[in-house]
Amino acid sequence: MELQVRALRTVLEQKGYIDPAALDVLIDTYETKIGPRNGARVVAKAWTDDAYRKWLFTDATAAIASLGYHGRQGEMIVALENTASIHNLVVCTLCSCYPWPVLGLPPTWYKSAPFRSRAVKNPRGVLADFGVQLPESVSIRVWDSTAEVRYLVVPHRPKGSEHLSEERLSDLVTRDSMIGTGLVKAPAP
Amino acid sequence: MTTYLSHADLGGQDGHGAVTPEPEGELFHADWERMALAVTLAMGATGTWNIDESRSVRETLSDYESLTYYQLWIKGLIALLKKHDLVAEDEVAAGAMLHPARAVTRVLRAADVPAALAKGTPTLRTTHSRARFAVGDPVVTRATAADHHTRLPAYACRKKGRIAHVYGAHVFADTHAQGLGEQPQWLYNVVFTARELWGEGCDATSTVSIDAWESYLEPAP
Repeated sequence: MELQVRALRTVLEQKGYIDPAALDVLIDTYETKIGPRNGARVVAKAWTDDAYRKWLFTDATAAIASLGYHGRQGEMIVALENTASIHNLVVCTLCSCYPWPVLGLPPTWYKSAPFRSRAVKNPRGVLADFGVQLPESVSIRVWDSTAEVRYLVVPHRPKGSEHLSEERLSDLVTRDSMIGTGLVKAPAP
Repeated sequence: MTTYLSHADLGGQDGHGAVTPEPEGELFHADWERMALAVTLAMGATGTWNIDESRSVRETLSDYESLTYYQLWIKGLIALLKKHDLVAEDEVAAGAMLHPARAVTRVLRAADVPAALAKGTPTLRTTHSRARFAVGDPVVTRATAADHHTRLPAYACRKKGRIAHVYGAHVFADTHAQGLGEQPQWLYNVVFTARELWGEGCDATSTVSIDAWESYLEPAP
């Protein structure tokens, strides 16, 4: 593949369809600038700022854009609130739709057949693959991203995090917890 | 008899095994994957095709199931380049330009990348048509697969659900993928009980929702 991709890139450059410098910027953007730390900041702000939280659940696209995160593969975002009785899980069974501005590029497992096939039919089984077990009293809502709406899970704020600053809270928020395959763990005492 | 065959409609299939989680920082597994991402995005930015057409080309690759995701992107990209006469097979094989280039609408320059990504490609459109359904309405989904790219998964065909959200009018993926234009339609989030989709023996408390364009739906009796 290495050779094939290099050859293809050469053809595209020679034909003037791509600017090689743009390729470097694209890679750098998704390796160092746009990733799940963006989403974690959104979540931490929702946990600490009630007005922001309300805005996020009525117009996530605007609320998230106000922090500077918007655009490609996040043109319309809906935020999903996990509560004591509801757990949200996001999947794209048809391809790999994922909220890039807040989570960056999807992980390999998100694009894989095991996740895409089972998340809709056996969500508890998928959660078990991630070591997550939820009580039967928690109902699971699976969101299959079949159009251009992108979903961001706002995980449940862990107990014992009341004293933490917004910044420290955002450090607790994992990528998987914003997809719905993980939970946010309480901070170490 | 349908002739369009998507290999990507995996929802509800059995036998794919367990999910293998990965640490958060793990994005690429080889250098060529970085390049596959970048050339795919850069060529998409030329405006020669839209995202729905690219999904359609990828999902109909005959060896879809045996390809890793970035292999799929590269094979899909080559198929699109050939389809649109931007690159010929002998050039792919030679790794060199052998025929004159064709004009593309634009070339993404390095300085324009941040703005292009920040803008994205919104699909929301204004419409004068009224939404056929409102939140809470019972609906039933189209009965069969379409003979073209579509975004109604097979597991959600001929199922009863309820409108949970109305998302406005959006570019219709089915026509957009076929080069038949945007033809915006109202888009809805439709929620189904697990029992409706999977029958007895499933987790009765869970639900699954899809985003469905209006023409995928009929009022439920």
